[in-house]
Amino acid sequence: MKPRSLLIAGAFALLGLITLSSALYTVSETEQVVITQFGEPIGQPVTEAGLHVKTPFAQEANVFDKRWLEWNGNANQVPTRDKKYIGVQTYARWRIANPLLFFQRLRDERRAQSRLDDIIDGETRNVIASHDLIEVVRTTNRAFEKAEEVEDIMEAETMREIALGRDKITRMILERVKHVVPDYGIELVDVQIERVNYIESVQAKVFERMISERKRIADRHRSEGQGKSAEVRGKKERELKVIESEAYRKTQETMGNGDAEAATIYADAYNRNRELYRFLKTMETYRSTIDKESWLVLSTSTDAFRYLQSQNAVGGGKSGAATK
Amino acid sequence: MANHGAGFDPEEFTRAAREFGARLRESRRWLVIAGLVIVGLAAIYGSYYQVEPDEVGLVTRFGRFVRTSSPGPHGKIPFGIERVQKVPVQRQLKQEFGFRTALADIQSSFHKDEKTNAESVMLTGDLNVATVEWIVQYKISDPYKYLFKLRDVEETFRLMSEASMRTVVGDHSVTELLTVGREAIASKAKQLLSNLCTLYDNGISVQQLILQNVDPPEPVRPSFNAVNQAIQERERAINDAWAEYNQEIPRARGLAEQKIQAAEGYAIDRVNRAKGDAQRFVALEEQYRKSPEVTRTRIYLETLAAVLPAAGRKLIFDEKAKGILPMFPLGPSQEVKP
Repeated sequence: MKPRSLLIAGAFALLGLITLSSALYTVSETEQVVITQFGEPIGQPVTEAGLHVKTPFAQEANVFDKRWLEWNGNANQVPTRDKKYIGVQTYARWRIANPLLFFQRLRDERRAQSRLDDIIDGETRNVIASHDLIEVVRTTNRAFEKAEEVEDIMEAETMREIALGRDKITRMILERVKHVVPDYGIELVDVQIERVNYIESVQAKVFERMISERKRIADRHRSEGQGKSAEVRGKKERELKVIESEAYRKTQETMGNGDAEAATIYADAYNRNRELYRFLKTMETYRSTIDKESWLVLSTSTDAFRYLQSQNAVGGGKSGAATK
Repeated sequence: MANHGAGFDPEEFTRAAREFGARLRESRRWLVIAGLVIVGLAAIYGSYYQVEPDEVGLVTRFGRFVRTSSPGPHGKIPFGIERVQKVPVQRQLKQEFGFRTALADIQSSFHKDEKTNAESVMLTGDLNVATVEWIVQYKISDPYKYLFKLRDVEETFRLMSEASMRTVVGDHSVTELLTVGREAIASKAKQLLSNLCTLYDNGISVQQLILQNVDPPEPVRPSFNAVNQAIQERERAINDAWAEYNQEIPRARGLAEQKIQAAEGYAIDRVNRAKGDAQRFVALEEQYRKSPEVTRTRIYLETLAAVLPAAGRKLIFDEKAKGILPMFPLGPSQEVKP
């Protein structure tokens, strides 16, 4: 019967299709495949991308990633050698270098991740714990540039020289892990310390230190300001004194010179006739000393009034004070 | 399908089944045609693809990379035999650290949370803490490597960037980070990140690394501000002192000059007066020499004439009439004996 043969043909076609799909498998650029026969790995892993053939049903294609794979560490709380508690977070990149071995030892990525957790976290702890914090933070011993207005008054421990530095410590972790993981068919391509942070309680202390450090810097600025301004004031005081005293000296000198010159001039002139000078000066003194408050008690025997006594008195009298 | 009805025996049913079968055969033809059309459409749809101007397309056949296609319309083998992955090689891509742009606009708004804070907190070389925000601009320089070399390239690139930045910041003091060192830090971090890209061979080229906000951590910030304030205070104190200086010194100079000038005036005055007095005396003396007696008497009498009216009381007595003097109440007065 026709329908029955059609059915049989259809069944065969279906069977063939299933067989074909079991025999053919594709490998993408990002994959590699380990062929297993009844669970037993057969032949070399297939790393070439494209369409491939295997024995249907009996063989199974186990696909693994060929790319660099992620591993992100947890934030580990580790004490450094100088007893600082820090949180260290590392990341690593790895790849399945030997899929066969990987398949045999670990089977899948999840187990690989957990194994890497153990190994990398462990080595990170070991390395961090045997070094001081500064070694993990700094890379070189470069001297800090000093900002002009901020003098460095940092604590000595924060300014210590390093022996290794972050780079070498990272490499140390990498080397140590690198030696262990090939057993699992894994190649570790890189490890980096991603984050290093103080743990909460330490951080609070660090903040306190930073605050006190800044306070010291601020205080220094303030006292520097006071010092400098006092210096300027002192300079001002000194200059004021210089200016004032110099002015005093000059005025006295000038006035003295004037007095001296005047005295010379007077002396030169009055020396011509001292008698006359004395007379004139006396006369002048009378003029300037006698006012309406003064009482004059005069004798008629004085020159001025002798004529009140007698007309003949002329010539016989004295010259009074003027001749004295 | 024809044997659907082969369960009952009546002839009528057989005939009906035949009729149904014929109708079914008729409709099956249509079904086949419809199927072919659908398959054809799917083939056309699956074999066409378009690459946008800023992208390239990477074509894989059975998973294997076969060719790259440039922007424009292209054809491929359909039904999943050839697949296309498009990579935006021309686009400038950006990653943000320590913040996220929530809405990029003329006035962009930013967003921060626990996660971004964790990105930005880091230790400086003097074991202080700072928060650093930055962005990285990059391009995909090798789409093949970008797609096939690493799983989760973008996330890995983030981690690389964080590690680079922390390495560089760890080698600078907090002061440098906040003030003079910004540019150097950015360029060193960029260098480090580029080196890592080369090492990872991830097909990314770093264009720029730009530091955004760099701050001391929140609890410490006031003390950093206090330092700035102290610097201002210092400057002000010094400026105030100089202001005082500048106010007082020129004034003192002026006053000093004034005194000196006055003294010079005094000296000149003295000398001139002396000269005048001397001249006068000399002139008089010359005349005096000609007739001393007369001149002398004249001057004496002239003086008396001027002095006597000025005196308040005058008492002229005769020497012979003694004893009257006690009768006068002598107040404050001057006795002048001419």
